[in-house]
Amino acid sequence: MSGNMNLTLKIWRQANANAVGGFVTFNVKNISPDSSFLEMLDILNEELEAKGEDPVAFEHDCREGICGACSLVINGRPHGPLARITTCQLHMRHFKDGDTIWIEPWRAKAFPIIKDLIVDRTSFEKIIQAGGFISVDTGGVPDANAILISKDAIEKATDAAACIGCGACVAACKNASAMLFVSAKVSQFAVLPQGQPERYQRVQAMVKKMDEMGFGSCTNTYACEAECPKGISVRNIAQLNRDYFNAKLKSENVEA
Amino acid sequence: MGWFFRALNSSIGKKFVMAVTGICLLLFLIIHLINNLTLYGGPEIFDTVVKNLESIKPLVRVIELVLVLIFVLHIFNGVRLWIENKKARPVGYKVNGSSENSDLFSRTMFVTGSIIFIFLVVHLRTFWVSFNLGHPLAAEHKYYQIVAEAFSDPLYSILYVAAMILLGFHLNHGFQSAFQTFGWNNKKYFPIIEKLGLIYTLVMVIGFASIPIYFLFFYGGNL
Ligand code: SF4
Ligand code: FES
Repeated sequence: MSGNMNLTLKIWRQANANAVGGFVTFNVKNISPDSSFLEMLDILNEELEAKGEDPVAFEHDCREGICGACSLVINGRPHGPLARITTCQLHMRHFKDGDTIWIEPWRAKAFPIIKDLIVDRTSFEKIIQAGGFISVDTGGVPDANAILISKDAIEKATDAAACIGCGACVAACKNASAMLFVSAKVSQFAVLPQGQPERYQRVQAMVKKMDEMGFGSCTNTYACEAECPKGISVRNIAQLNRDYFNAKLKSENVEA
Repeated sequence: MGWFFRALNSSIGKKFVMAVTGICLLLFLIIHLINNLTLYGGPEIFDTVVKNLESIKPLVRVIELVLVLIFVLHIFNGVRLWIENKKARPVGYKVNGSSENSDLFSRTMFVTGSIIFIFLVVHLRTFWVSFNLGHPLAAEHKYYQIVAEAFSDPLYSILYVAAMILLGFHLNHGFQSAFQTFGWNNKKYFPIIEKLGLIYTLVMVIGFASIPIYFLFFYGGNL
């Protein structure tokens, strides 16, 4: 078909967490501009498998931008050159015939490489387990409008809740800081009545865990917001900071 | 008190310390600039201002001590953050796309900060040491002449101006960054803070840099 492309891929390959990795060059031919970036990698992998070689390991699941599984730093940009999309939503029409594309995994101490382009994002789970939830008793379903919530608060909460936990914020940050992710997970509850009982406990526990997991410190470069596929705003980080200071001033828990 | 130091040592605590000390230094620069601008009043006015400061020496010494403390905290924390943040990404990217997602000012805080520190040492050596530690002209209260002589050296003046431009890089990021750190960021007033930061930066850079330029080009012949 006309318009199809031949591309050179420079892909990071690493057998396991402890192995020495390096870039390997692959050539893919006749790629349709309508295929997605991940489909292009599927084509590469089918070729590799046909030759009896080890396919390139990369993560994916929903392939429609909602699960946060796909990753990849493409030519230096998490999720590729376009704003507000995940890698699975990136199409090959944004590349040109003959392009060389560098594909790297998320790079962070807190995201160790499992294989090739797949990193271990358990550190995010650990942060959520530390307090990224609300505790509710089981029982009858409460009335829908029993607690009134302003539209502003709902909007803030749902905007923050759009975070899919992909980790692009960490990958983009020059400090490999997880502040945007943590701020989204703190803010989504901080602005709602349901989040109040555990508000101060939550923010202190999640920040503590974030620091323990080896993420860097935020220096307000705002690269996270620019690369976040869900457009999570750094205003959530301001909210997180406010809540953290308030927690330190108001809560009497000297252990936190 | 354990909770207090733990809080200051957390990632948010460290940036809080950077922001508080940074704001103090921003305020100090305003006072410093006002003082410097009296140079435009000529030798009499400037020398009188410095002489008046001499007369309240004990107070000046206390303020200087507090300033040193603030500088040390700011520098110590800045270096510590830089080292820790480097460690958070042991293997870097082959292709660096950071120019696409962040501005130069925010990415170069450590570099501009380091150069400003070197400048600070040279600057203190030229002026603070001369004014305070027995320069023959200082004994005669001819402070203005010390400044004029220092800036009559073109190389020194050019380096001074270059340092001020880099200081501008540092201030432009630092100003709005401090507000974000305190959590004072919302849709309505953050754009105003960013503009205020830019105005503050321009006033500081132009104000401080104008002095070596003035002495080099306009006053140089009158020594
Ligand atoms: S804040 Fe954005 S970039 Fe970070 S994990 Fe959530 S969705 Fe991904
Ligand atoms: S695969 Fe689910 S977001 Fe990309």
